[in-house]
Amino acid sequence: MTIPFNNPDRPNSYIGRTVPRPNATKLVQGRGRYVDDIVLPRMLHVAFSRSPVAHAKIGAIDLDEAKAVKGVVRIFTGADLAEVCTPWVAVLAHLKGLKSPPEHPLAVDRACWVGEPVVAVVANTRAAAEEAASLVVVDYEELPAVTDTMTALDKDTPVIHPELGDNLAFRRLHEEGDVDAAFKTAHKVVSAHFRTARHTGVTLEPRSILVDWNPAEGQMTAYHATQAPHMMQTVFAKHLDIPESRVRVICGDVGGSYGIKVHVYPDEVATAAIAKVMGRPVKFIADRLESFSTDIHARDHEIEAKIAVDVDGKILAIDVDDWTGIGPYSVYPRTSAIEGNQVVNLCGGPYDFANYRAQTTVVFQNKTPTCQYRAVGHPIAVAITEGLVDMAAAAIGMDPVEIRRRNMYADDAYPVTSPAKMKFEGLSHHASMDKLIEMIDYDALRADQAEARKQGKYRGIGIASFIELTNPSPFMYGIGGARISAQDGCTVRMDPDGSVVALSGVTEQGQGTEAMLSQVVAEGVGVKPSNVRVITGDTQVTPYGGGTWASRGAGIGGEAALQAARALRDSILEVAAAMLQAEAGKLDIRDGQIVDLESGEERMPLEELGRIVYFRGDTLPKDLPRELVQTRHFITMDYPFAFTNGVQASYLEVDTDTGVVTLLKHWCVEDCGRVINPQLVDEQIRGGIVQGLGGALYEEIHYDEDGQLLNGSMADYLVPMAAEMPDMVVAHVETPTKESELGAKGAGEAGTAGAPAAVMNAINDALRPLGAQVAAMPFTPERILRALGKIND
Amino acid sequence: MKASAGGYARAESVRHALDLLAGSEGQGRVLAGGQSLVAAMNMRLSVGDLLVDISKISELSGVAVEGDILRIGALTRHAQVGADAQIKTHAPLLTAAVSHIAHAAIRNRGTIGGALAHADPAAEFPACALALGATMHAEGPSGTRGIAADEFFEDVFTTSLSEDEILTSITMPIAEQGEVQILEEVARRSGDYALVGLCLIKRAVGHRIAVFSVGPRPILATNAMAALDQGDVDAAVEALSNEIDPPSDTQASSAYRRHLAGVLLRRAVCRMKGETA
Ligand SMILES: Cc1cc2nc3c(=O)[nH]c(=O)nc-3n(C[C@H](O)[C@H](O)[C@H](O)COP(=O)(O)OP(=O)(O)OC[C@H]3O[C@@H](n4cnc5c(N)ncnc54)[C@H](O)[C@@H]3O)c2cc1C
Repeated sequence: MTIPFNNPDRPNSYIGRTVPRPNATKLVQGRGRYVDDIVLPRMLHVAFSRSPVAHAKIGAIDLDEAKAVKGVVRIFTGADLAEVCTPWVAVLAHLKGLKSPPEHPLAVDRACWVGEPVVAVVANTRAAAEEAASLVVVDYEELPAVTDTMTALDKDTPVIHPELGDNLAFRRLHEEGDVDAAFKTAHKVVSAHFRTARHTGVTLEPRSILVDWNPAEGQMTAYHATQAPHMMQTVFAKHLDIPESRVRVICGDVGGSYGIKVHVYPDEVATAAIAKVMGRPVKFIADRLESFSTDIHARDHEIEAKIAVDVDGKILAIDVDDWTGIGPYSVYPRTSAIEGNQVVNLCGGPYDFANYRAQTTVVFQNKTPTCQYRAVGHPIAVAITEGLVDMAAAAIGMDPVEIRRRNMYADDAYPVTSPAKMKFEGLSHHASMDKLIEMIDYDALRADQAEARKQGKYRGIGIASFIELTNPSPFMYGIGGARISAQDGCTVRMDPDGSVVALSGVTEQGQGTEAMLSQVVAEGVGVKPSNVRVITGDTQVTPYGGGTWASRGAGIGGEAALQAARALRDSILEVAAAMLQAEAGKLDIRDGQIVDLESGEERMPLEELGRIVYFRGDTLPKDLPRELVQTRHFITMDYPFAFTNGVQASYLEVDTDTGVVTLLKHWCVEDCGRVINPQLVDEQIRGGIVQGLGGALYEEIHYDEDGQLLNGSMADYLVPMAAEMPDMVVAHVETPTKESELGAKGAGEAGTAGAPAAVMNAINDALRPLGAQVAAMPFTPERILRALGKIND
Repeated sequence: MKASAGGYARAESVRHALDLLAGSEGQGRVLAGGQSLVAAMNMRLSVGDLLVDISKISELSGVAVEGDILRIGALTRHAQVGADAQIKTHAPLLTAAVSHIAHAAIRNRGTIGGALAHADPAAEFPACALALGATMHAEGPSGTRGIAADEFFEDVFTTSLSEDEILTSITMPIAEQGEVQILEEVARRSGDYALVGLCLIKRAVGHRIAVFSVGPRPILATNAMAALDQGDVDAAVEALSNEIDPPSDTQASSAYRRHLAGVLLRRAVCRMKGETA
């Protein structure tokens, strides 16, 4: 029996509705349990002495003063931990040519970025550990630092890892059609230099881990704020020489991740190694400065790009030359080549055109390593694409909406393969654009803009269409050799009281995964969501799975949960049929009651069935299966990724005297397939937009030319705050994926993907009458005034 | 990061506080609202301080009009300054300043004395004090003294208060009939320290302009003031631009700040004349 999703009056119709989040009350009352809330007997704290310079040979290490601090228990150097922990190399076979040197939990011979952990101090309190860490004296023999991406490959630039030969980590060129010919004969060619700034995720809860090694059982337990517990299980097992089955990773409440907590961090592995050596629980909680200098960074790209169009605005060709600096190491195990690779995969995404060339060049530098952060590569690719499309429209005097309509894949064109060789199962660019234009009342907005201009106010409208990669198959990591599961599982069981427990391999980071699972399981079985208890984030308890990344929780984890729930429903009905001497096919479960499918007449509550199965099984036929626990797994097979699409619009005002941008309103129409919980999806979109707006207007990590981090605090690294955020209006078009019964694709990254481009286009729309244009993010007041030529140095 | 304080004592009175400071062998540090000091301690920018908590000394808090002088106790919180009716009548510049300072939680704890003693070059109150021609009143082991605003602010985070002194209050002449007081600033986000800020006061004897976040301390732009007294706004902007030498940092360059100071002056003059900029 399939679920008639389009009938909102169907029984148990929780999928598609806003249901309360089961964990919200707990979190609001301060009763959550984050890693830092956990205190174990004999627990110690570790703090790190980190490199104060970007690149240096590590000479003598003097620990005398540090050891003398009261409360210090033991101190570890890189050499100490190298004896108990093998180094890792973050490459993937399918990213051809990607290279990276071995990385240790503590730097051994050389420190390669400001913030790299060098010495670990273990003490009774964090304060004592910190105090002692500040007294560790390391003789740093400074080496030249490589900080500029664009000159990293120049002959006279020092090579960071001489054994690798050069500073090139990865390069990929993709070419489709005859790009040069298209540019030669085009009606109009427009080019631009784009820049996206170095960001970091700024999670509310910093990175946190508490590791306990029990030598009696030979078992390691890591309480870890992580997106991917099973991946971490493998990592700890492999590098600390423990059987995988003897590592348990528990992920309780997590205060936001955004991709930051899906990577392997040297200080976290060091914590695990130290716990194993000492046989005592060891806790590491990053502080905010450590977060800024050691959480992965992202988005540090410089791009030269051009577009060719014909007289009618048809896109003939796009050519993209993307450069990014990733720090001194590719980050384990997902690698730091993925972001550049995504730029190649995603540019031009919404458009039906033939000639495409894109190259990404990924170089090493002496800065904090970069890796995957929410909407990996998307904000960059969308800014390039949508920036170029708007510039082309302006160059040929066409409306920006019109040029998009002329180029977007027709809604009935699918399945289709893009010039970047991405396979689209089904998208809705035109329907989404139509909905957006209606929502923003485009003509009225243009009229308001014209009226404002008469009063000397510069307002702009920016549109950005986008695609988003979600529900990844093993094509993302697995084929490259990484033990990262693209499959996910769910076990659903009914207990004697008729309540249901769901154990899932996807994880809750604060985004509402557990709410989504509870309503899917509730509908699948036929109980109220409040009667479903969801358990996630424990490798010893849940089915094996990938966790949270690439917008896969609902699409992959949700489908596994639905199938497991449906299987449990079938098992329950089989028992019910025997008890009621009815046909299973003529019964249904609604609101925790066995009912007649046709009439809806109540026949028996689930707790009665539970009582019989668990306590009076003797009264049931001997050969009757009574399996009230069911597990199902789901993996996508037909497409490497389930792409979603959408379009955003920004309306803003630029103060052309101060350069300050005021966001007036923001809209997003997106298509994530089946919307399971409208409120959760809308809030994901809003939160994502806010992060995108941060990238557009505020966020930028600064380094000086020696590789010193200049803004490692919340006072200097500006995140978007409520007062500056505009009203956001979110709407949906639903094109469910046919790969699953649930039909859900991901929604967590779409907001971030499109917002920066929408803002850039809106600013340029406002500035166009003044002949100015910006393409380097964030669009600070100063950058805007410089574009206007108003600043004299 | 964990702060590392050398000690903590709560002062019962100004005298008690002065004794504690005197006995601290140079390690004493006055703790008022803690909104700058505790942040610095948590970053380990300040280590080993012997904290002398003055926040419970009630005599240091409050607002009073004494003839044609307005007196504000050093411990008066930003939020109180912002809400006080006498301040709004007699020194509206301060009322206007409060809405630009940080966020509600910080304004509920931060004190005007702390802001003045902290002397952040991007802070509003020091520039207001300069523009208003205020006097800082300090008490030390050898008695009390008044320090004029233009002698009080010396450098980044540096004032002419000595280590054993406590700032007790600030006084200023109450606004005369028809006096105009205007504050203009641009910050990246609401509540952030200003990229540049400007106070403009119009009195019968002439204009006063104080600019902040353009150097190591707030600056009284005397040439711009003179030009404005002549009624020449363009010349005032030009003069202002020559009077300041703003720093560059990750938020803005010197050149941008210089430009912005001129924009803010024009805007303030427009508001002063009751025009819209
Ligand atoms: C996020 C954030 C944003 C902020 N934004 C702004 C802003 O936009 N504009 C702005 O102006 N400020 C801002 N502040 C600072 C805030 O206004 C502080 O309250 C103020 O600078 C210090 O006042 P306090 O009472 O908290 O002083 P404390 O932090 O207690 O002390 C600061 C310094 O002054 C000394 N001190 C304090 N009181 C006395 C006294 N009576 N006598 C002698 N010495 C004394 C202390 O010893 C210390 O050195 C911000 C603060 C934060 C945390």
